[in-house]
Amino acid sequence: MSVLKNFRGIATGVALGCAGVLGTGVAWAGDTIKVGVLHSLSGTMAISETTLKDTVLMMIEDQNKAGGLLGKQLEAVVVDPASNWPLFAEKARELISKEEVDIIFGCWTSVSRKSVLPVIEELNGLMFYPVQYEGEESSKNVFYTGAAPNQQAIPAVDYLAEELEVTRWVLAGTDYVYPRTTNKILEAYLKSKGVADEDIMISYTPFGHSDWQSIVSEIKTFGSAGKKTAVVSTVNGDANIPFYKELGNQGVSAVDIPVVAFSVGEEELSGMDTSALVGHLAAWNYFQSVDSDVNAEFIEKWQKFTGDDERVTNDPMEATYIGFKMWAQAVEKAGTTDTDAVEKALIGVTVKNLTGGDAVMNKNHHLSKPVLIGEIQEDGQFMVVSETSGTVPGDAWSDFLPGSKDVIADWTAPISCGNYNTVSKTCSGQNF
Amino acid sequence: MYRLLIGIFLVFSINATAFADVENTLAHELNVLAHAKLSQMPEQIDVLASIDDPRIADILQALLDGNLYTRKTDKKIFFALAGPDRTLNLSDPLEVSDAVSKPSKEYKRIGVNNRMRSQLRTAVSQLRLQSTDEKQRLAAVLRLLNDLDPSVLGLLNQLAETETNKTILEAVYVARALLALEHGDRLEKLAAIDLLSGNLQPVVLNKLLLIVAADANGQRLEADPVIYKRAETAIAKIEGKADFYGFIETTFFGLSLGSVLLLSAVGLAITFGVMGVINMAHGELIMLGAYTTYVVQLLMPDHIEYSLLVAVPTAFVVSGLVGVAIERGIIRFLYGRPLETLLATFGVSLVLQQAVRSIFSPLNRSVATPEWMSGSWQINPLFSLTYNRMYILVFAIIVFVLLLLLLKKTTLGLQFRAVAQNRAMARAMGIRSQWVDAMTFGLGSGVAGIAGVALSQLTNVGPNLGQAYIIDSFMVVVFGGVGNLWGTLVSAFSLGIANKFIEPVAGAVLAKILVLVFIILFIQRNPRGLFPQQGRAVD
Repeated sequence: MSVLKNFRGIATGVALGCAGVLGTGVAWAGDTIKVGVLHSLSGTMAISETTLKDTVLMMIEDQNKAGGLLGKQLEAVVVDPASNWPLFAEKARELISKEEVDIIFGCWTSVSRKSVLPVIEELNGLMFYPVQYEGEESSKNVFYTGAAPNQQAIPAVDYLAEELEVTRWVLAGTDYVYPRTTNKILEAYLKSKGVADEDIMISYTPFGHSDWQSIVSEIKTFGSAGKKTAVVSTVNGDANIPFYKELGNQGVSAVDIPVVAFSVGEEELSGMDTSALVGHLAAWNYFQSVDSDVNAEFIEKWQKFTGDDERVTNDPMEATYIGFKMWAQAVEKAGTTDTDAVEKALIGVTVKNLTGGDAVMNKNHHLSKPVLIGEIQEDGQFMVVSETSGTVPGDAWSDFLPGSKDVIADWTAPISCGNYNTVSKTCSGQNF
Repeated sequence: MYRLLIGIFLVFSINATAFADVENTLAHELNVLAHAKLSQMPEQIDVLASIDDPRIADILQALLDGNLYTRKTDKKIFFALAGPDRTLNLSDPLEVSDAVSKPSKEYKRIGVNNRMRSQLRTAVSQLRLQSTDEKQRLAAVLRLLNDLDPSVLGLLNQLAETETNKTILEAVYVARALLALEHGDRLEKLAAIDLLSGNLQPVVLNKLLLIVAADANGQRLEADPVIYKRAETAIAKIEGKADFYGFIETTFFGLSLGSVLLLSAVGLAITFGVMGVINMAHGELIMLGAYTTYVVQLLMPDHIEYSLLVAVPTAFVVSGLVGVAIERGIIRFLYGRPLETLLATFGVSLVLQQAVRSIFSPLNRSVATPEWMSGSWQINPLFSLTYNRMYILVFAIIVFVLLLLLLKKTTLGLQFRAVAQNRAMARAMGIRSQWVDAMTFGLGSGVAGIAGVALSQLTNVGPNLGQAYIIDSFMVVVFGGVGNLWGTLVSAFSLGIANKFIEPVAGAVLAKILVLVFIILFIQRNPRGLFPQQGRAVD
């Protein structure tokens, strides 16, 4: 055993010596920074998540061309959790314990994230989560680069109420945690704005719902009461196409009853006949159509990487891009890939986002982002019709839910807590 | 003579200047529109709408439809319709000329947002009140109903005198009555209520409801008891009609859901019902049919209207051949071992899904809907039937009848039934039972492929398409009674209708659960389903 130990020591010494002699420009095989990619490549979520895997791979390739990080090359470790929520936890464990990755980019659905959380906290890993979500969470080991409800849902509702003078609301969603929580927040928000009970209709549908006849007919009746009506849709990916098709077929146009969606982006539209959708809205922090130099460069790089000059970009890709850049910057700043050091270094890091502004990582592990409202065009792209003047800081715990009104997250000393009650001045430790 | 000539010349020149004037303003204002920012456009649309020129309505309509483009080099405005291979067919909005085809990347569409669309719609409908086209006139009047303004009364009165089309005339009367309801005196109001009684336009009901509304203190807003009473009766009449049409609509929704269930289950009714094979890959055979539609449309991009007619037989052949391959390659070794068949076909389903994912990408594919299948048949303002659902309902019944005829009236059908009832005896009679097995399985699979063509018009064409329908298909077959096509028919429609009647009351999620619970209880009592097979064939 001791011989072996000695041998290892010698080997390391030789390796270091060689590295010193050869200089830092040459990557030493085996001495790389490992980047874990935890996105489904098969199953229902493959449709959305494979794109993000490719984005991470592109970013890694780019970083390596620019000389890697801390003089080391980056190496991607891709695993496939196959849209199977418990498998996400197993694969996360495999990535951290067996593959010893320094960072994970992963997850899409909230259930998958919730399944990974205990593992990543136990093993003290680090993960970037790039998708818009329902909030009510802040883990020490996770950085949320997608939108919290106050960066997507609430500004969208404000736009409808102010610009389109909407006074009657349909909250339609798929039946799972993200729509349920978002709609709870929106309902509380609308009521705080003086909207009466009878002017709010809430409807949930199962995953992959395809027969929208009754619901669209109900929405039509609800919207014919003489008040301007809009649908706020948290309907999940796949079920959207039949929903919009049915709206079109039953003659409900975007001028009569606009639908604002939080899960419909360029990627989803690229598989659709968009003629029935023109004029419906989506709220995101990024659109491919945004006119900025960084964005043009990013799109060109992406289309070259995928070898498809029609390939679209979308919001979660931008979130992945920002997350990766932030992590790279934090590692350079900390001079190490050690979880605790990088976690500290990440707070306050600023990188350019793709819409021409700055993204800042806040103390609660959420980003400051601009909010954009876009209208769907015939070509499947969005025309930006409204944009917040500055960036909006992400709020981990919603101010509109009674349970989380006084709660904040702050991962810097002296609070250093994901669920801190500002009234009772206690940290509950219940971070998710 | 000389004087006369000068006179004529003068008249002409004055006319010409006036003409040139309108021409210049129009060209100028269009130029302003081409350079306008999004925020300046509403104002410019108002300016355009106020120009007195017959071409304005068409220009605004084109802007509304997204058919107005500017040339990138000089910002000149064109009407444009998309042509093949990323080209645009362009024509000048100010001159009558032949369309020219140009590459689309040199032009930029003038985008409008919802607010402008609403503004444009009102502007166009006011301009089109005097249009010579009856359809446009009707649409214009109906559109005006929703934001009526006393200023259009003159136009309406004028139209009421000249109009000959009955439907349009009725709409004009409704519009006038609605105006009278708000701005008229007592007699006018009463007459208006009488005229509006039973009218199904949503705006009519809303306006009547305003009459019987109470203010915050529960005080009646309408002081006159006669008007109040009449309005109440009118509302009751409208709501009675609305309930009636609501009932018919829900029934149609149920039939439509039933037709989808029937299409996806009827193939399974053959393989599972007649042959007794639990085929978990049935959903994937449906998916293959949907992808066949996609490929057919790729191959004939200029004839989307006919693509479905080609896709139906193609999908039947593709899915049928895959079905025969599955039967010959896997299932025939597993007859009489249901558990192994189930696992093996489940494996096949995963293989097929991943194959599609590798060949076509995991993203959904876009299948276009032909013109004749989009939109709806508007029977009255409250009741309309969507064309795609109607066609699919009819299509499902045709497929069912053909299948029934095939099984009952042809030699092949006779052999199917013989083998299903008593394999040994059928073989003794000289029927090649293995060949019949392959054909039966191929037939069931082919019908699944046809279902895929229909489903491609309703839902996403993606690798997961099949999974969404496999459970429902088994549910329908088991509930209807294994081995009975009529049972499948009755079961599909009754489950569809039950689902749609529960849905408005309980919500979509609970409706599905309730239907499932009902089936479980029903199967507990009647394990053989609605129409159990009887006689010696049962075992």
